[in-house]
Amino acid sequence: MIQIDCPNCGMRNVNEFRFGGEYNPRPKEMMNVSNEEWADYVFLRENKVGVQKEWWYHRAGCGLWFLAERHTKTNKVESAYLWD
Amino acid sequence: MSLKLIKQALNGKRPLSRMWRHHDLKESYDVVIIGGGGHGLACAYYLAKEHGITNVAVAEKHYIGAGGSGRNTAIVRSNYLTPAGVRFYDESLKLYEQMSVEFDFNVMLSQRGHLTLAHSDGAMRTMRRRAEVNLLEGGESSVIGPDKIKKLCPPLDVSDHPRYPILGALYHPRGGIMRHDAVVWGYAHHADRMGVHIHQLTEATGIEVQNGKVTGVQTNRGFIKTGMVHNATAGWSSIIADMAGVKLPITTYPLQALVTEPLKPFLDVVIVSGSLHVYISQSDRGELVMGASVDPYASYSMRGSLGFTEGLAGHMLELFPSLSHVRVMRQWAGLCDMTPDYSQIMGFTPVEGFVVDVGWGTYGFKATPSAGKRMAELIATNETPEMIRPFRLARFYENDPVGEKGAASVEK
Repeated sequence: MIQIDCPNCGMRNVNEFRFGGEYNPRPKEMMNVSNEEWADYVFLRENKVGVQKEWWYHRAGCGLWFLAERHTKTNKVESAYLWD
Repeated sequence: MSLKLIKQALNGKRPLSRMWRHHDLKESYDVVIIGGGGHGLACAYYLAKEHGITNVAVAEKHYIGAGGSGRNTAIVRSNYLTPAGVRFYDESLKLYEQMSVEFDFNVMLSQRGHLTLAHSDGAMRTMRRRAEVNLLEGGESSVIGPDKIKKLCPPLDVSDHPRYPILGALYHPRGGIMRHDAVVWGYAHHADRMGVHIHQLTEATGIEVQNGKVTGVQTNRGFIKTGMVHNATAGWSSIIADMAGVKLPITTYPLQALVTEPLKPFLDVVIVSGSLHVYISQSDRGELVMGASVDPYASYSMRGSLGFTEGLAGHMLELFPSLSHVRVMRQWAGLCDMTPDYSQIMGFTPVEGFVVDVGWGTYGFKATPSAGKRMAELIATNETPEMIRPFRLARFYENDPVGEKGAASVEK
């Protein structure tokens, strides 16, 4: 069972959170990207083995969306912090 | 019982001691298939059998069938939602129906009937739609009410007491279960006999690409020269594709399953509830094989979790209150390569000589024969067969997703 250190609430059980997918920043100039670049952004994922930066939502807690770095093989959460 | 078995019993000759042989790596192969699960081995089998391409290597990092092929819950069916899906899975089911004869090896296919329960008006509407699509495409299924469900499966609680009462079900008589290991062994044995090299404990560590063309595969046992690499690695497909510089629309989620202690035979259909995200069948050994939806977060970990067992047990008892004292014997997880539209990705990639048969999520086992057959056709002819055209990688760039919500174990 993994635990996540919510930036607001501290260490909580993973069942309180909702996984929001890997961090996948939107293209900077949204109006100028080609269809292909947009499809890349919408669909393609790194899906790597190792420490992954990803979104989490504290559903059963403070309701915060934040970023966490988690190892996708061991599920160990290295850090959790606010997006800026 | 096959005639061969009787002969062997009478003349005292032992059956083959080795189903497939061990080989040293050759310097080069026409085709290298990465991933020795059902899909990879089926592709090797059909390449040799239907297209005469036998200079093929199957590279498996573990033992064959160690991944999803040996971890699924062995359910076969073809009652999908999209016409493309029904056509594809029905071809697969037909190949499964002939498999024991084709291999002269019992794959223990038991077409005991498959019921997908509906607990809401919305689900009933979907079942009716699936039944109509199945009727048109030859998938054979029909919508039945609680009375008929109770007749087919007496232990099921069809009353209005549960939180989500059963309103009806999609009944698919040709659906059932089979022995998934036998499928892997059968393909491996026959591919081996036609000259395919099966390399176990052979892990691909790199794919060499020059000027946009594949030239070879690096493995822990040495380098293999080849112009054609086939990625059939399911949960690990993003990692293999990355070696060739291809990024895929895939996220890997674990899918857990469990078996209970063996009971006397009492359940002779497969029961699935899409709304409760559970499915159950009774194996030939009497164990109840159960599964639920994929884990709530992406991971390459294959550890079980208590959350899964609790959630599954809660929902299962809604359906079968009589199972409340049955003990769980073991649980495990397999890796599912989920795509955004719950459909597989089959075919060419931007890198020449690198083809994929991935994104099989929670539905790979029932597709094994057809996936192997069609990928072999694609490799041999260098053209995408019509049957798998809807599943090409380029669909994501052409705004043409498949949207297979008839898939099992999908949560969203």
